Amino acid sequence: MATEGHAPTASEYVVHHLTHLNNTGHAQQNIVDWTVINLDSMFYSIVIGLVTVFMLWLAARKATSGVPGRFQGFVELLVEMVADQAKGIIHSAESRKFVAPLALTVFVWIFLMNAMDLLPVDLLPRIWEGIYAAGGGDPHHAYQRVVATADLSATLGMSCGVLLLCLYYNVKIKGFGGWVHELFTAPFGNHPLLYPVNFAMQIIEFVAKTVSHGMRLFGNMYAGELIFILIALLGSTATVFGFVGHVVAGSIWAIFHILIITLQAFIFMMLTLVYIGQAHEGH
Amino acid sequence: MNLNATLIAQLVVFFILAWFTMKFVWPPIVKALDERAKKIADGLAAADKAKADLALAEKKVVEELRKARESAGDVRASAEKQASQLIDEARAEASRIVSQAREAAEAEAGAAAQRAKEALRDQVANLAVAGAEKILRREINAQVHAELLANLKQELQ
Repeated sequence: MATEGHAPTASEYVVHHLTHLNNTGHAQQNIVDWTVINLDSMFYSIVIGLVTVFMLWLAARKATSGVPGRFQGFVELLVEMVADQAKGIIHSAESRKFVAPLALTVFVWIFLMNAMDLLPVDLLPRIWEGIYAAGGGDPHHAYQRVVATADLSATLGMSCGVLLLCLYYNVKIKGFGGWVHELFTAPFGNHPLLYPVNFAMQIIEFVAKTVSHGMRLFGNMYAGELIFILIALLGSTATVFGFVGHVVAGSIWAIFHILIITLQAFIFMMLTLVYIGQAHEGH
Repeated sequence: MNLNATLIAQLVVFFILAWFTMKFVWPPIVKALDERAKKIADGLAAADKAKADLALAEKKVVEELRKARESAGDVRASAEKQASQLIDEARAEASRIVSQAREAAEAEAGAAAQRAKEALRDQVANLAVAGAEKILRREINAQVHAELLANLKQELQ
């Protein structure tokens, strides 16, 4: 970053760290721009997604009813946990065939994506800067964010996926007519005067569920990442206080963050199950 | 904090990963888990059955022991009875043989005494005849005096 002879200011450092590598090569200008795609988020989420399914597949490939090894036991523990939760929330065994594996994938995938936060904040961005500079690019524009779940587009993408599943199961379980009927008659009751209110409430509910679902994960991970960046800034003051503060605060926050990444992955999974479960039940 | 096409791409990735897990990960693991649960349940049931069988076998053993002890007592009692019967029989046989022997001996002794008496009688007759001969100083014709001698013998009897 310091190619032009001066170290970045704190503000430049933070902004640099919070800028996505996208197909335009510079920070996105508009709040919503469907022509832009974040290459870093896509790269990390796909690579980690492949790692996730590969890891699970490794366990599944050798799964036997005999005495399990440690790895198989661990994956079985996860499967059992998710299966139990799914069984308690979604009462249709047919739906569980897809929703339970989905919840497992979501849990492990999001956990691993969140866990990228525990890598030193500058490690992968620095490596990328080196590669980018070696390729003749300007390191100032070598943006890289490694935590895909700290990208609102990514988390909302997943929560929209859950929304689509909710709509699908609403139609599948209640029939299209039944679902439309529910849209207009719940939660307040079946009366023509109440139809608009009911419908508005239902739409608000769907939007609120989806937005909060994605926003919750994004907010937690974004805040966590930002705090890691700020702690790194503390260390960059190159004073004894800064160094000790970096080590102490960094350790404490990283340890606390282990809880957060697990919890957020679990919450996202549970809400996925709960929302899809709600789609199975009439109001 | 912007929205862009990443959202759509992430949504697609989300479904692909979920589909993969549903297809290749979940079924074998759940199958293995169910199979193991069944194995364990079977094992526990077998253990319970074995325990019940053991209790039953122990009961049977006690019963058999009791029966064996009873029959051993019976056998001993009947053996004792038989033994005493045998002894009684032997004793009766022995006394029978002894009395028979005694009878035979007595009979033989009687016969011997009779024979001796007869021999003695003959000798006495002869002696008497010889005595008479000496007395008469002449020979008595045995044939002539046979009746006399027989009478004498008769008297001596």
